[in-house]
Amino acid sequence: METHHHLPDDLLLAYAAGSLAEGWSLAVASHLTYCTSCRQRDAALEAIGTAALEGMPPEPMDAGAFEACMARAESAVAEQPLNVVAGSNTPAPLRRYLGCELDAVKWSPLGGGIRQYLIETGDETRARLLYIPPGEDVPQHTHQGLELTLVLAGSFADGDEEFHAGDIEVADETVDHTPVSGPNGPCICLAVTDAPLVFRRWLPRMIQRFAKI
Amino acid sequence: MSDAAGATEQSWEALLLAVAETGDRDAFSRLFVHFAPRVKSYLLRQGSSPSQAEDIAQETLALLWRKAGLFDPAKASASTWIFRIARNQMIDRIRRRQRPELDPNDPLLVPAAEPAPDHQASKQQDIAAVRSALAELPEKQREVIMLSFFEEDPHPAIAEKLQLPIGTVKSRIRLALARLDTLLDRNAHGES
Repeated sequence: METHHHLPDDLLLAYAAGSLAEGWSLAVASHLTYCTSCRQRDAALEAIGTAALEGMPPEPMDAGAFEACMARAESAVAEQPLNVVAGSNTPAPLRRYLGCELDAVKWSPLGGGIRQYLIETGDETRARLLYIPPGEDVPQHTHQGLELTLVLAGSFADGDEEFHAGDIEVADETVDHTPVSGPNGPCICLAVTDAPLVFRRWLPRMIQRFAKI
Repeated sequence: MSDAAGATEQSWEALLLAVAETGDRDAFSRLFVHFAPRVKSYLLRQGSSPSQAEDIAQETLALLWRKAGLFDPAKASASTWIFRIARNQMIDRIRRRQRPELDPNDPLLVPAAEPAPDHQASKQQDIAAVRSALAELPEKQREVIMLSFFEEDPHPAIAEKLQLPIGTVKSRIRLALARLDTLLDRNAHGES
């Protein structure tokens, strides 16, 4: 499987530098699981960070720092690799937030067969899973800020472009779109925003008030 | 226990592997002497106090010892591995944020094809090559790249520091990254 829609350098650079907010980072880390070319770009940007670290003027450590560090190092057990879940369909960074696999998510209905699951983050970003039945419109909307949408299962089309599992769509306030889920099975995606979506029809706006989209 | 001049990436890798395989304290002390003062300097630059920077630098190196068994030289250079630990400690302890991370052992991970040794991808991850390409960048471009790694909210912070519109900051960063790619590509093919 190869992904066809990638992340721009500015998001990858912020992720590599450690300045990207939590919700965006969740979408980036999940996309990297699928996408070898963004992973390669991330490694190249981390190499720039490494060069920056290597080029820092050395700041002398306190007297006895090495002995103190050695004592800390040996006071805890060595770290082991995390247990992996064979046959999972959920990227590991996302699974840590859900506490379960995608097929065990406790969805809330949004009307029209669309369901969502809100993911708690510790900052201003809002992350959610969306479940859209086959061939269904996601109500037409614009954003006040950025929206990242990562496909986890199924597919959706936005205008002429199709997004399959692992693909990520980057949309900002200039995009006014109506994504449509593909015909083969429901589309499940991770959607991250930093501002509420603005729907163009009154009914979704009613739903929005209750569903905290 | 002096900082060997001209130490190369290969020697950091050998030292880190010696820590992983035999718990070699002498190898660890040489990594400490080189990296701890640079990690401390990086943390001070991120806005931590001197005592907090000292504490987190010691913790970063202690984590290096404990995580050494997870180091895989096929996946990252030793110094990039240390950069990641320092960056993650900075996010956790100074910015108090979460950073969701890729799990390299995720069964869902789509594996990368092995690049040829002289491929641009390996050049882009060769720290010595990246350092010399950075040195060749025009000063204004190098400045915005470096600041991107040191500021909590880089675009507005750089715009204020350099008295530039945010759009100019973003386009200068894009140009700088493109220029770096060109330099690394040219140097990789020995045409410089």
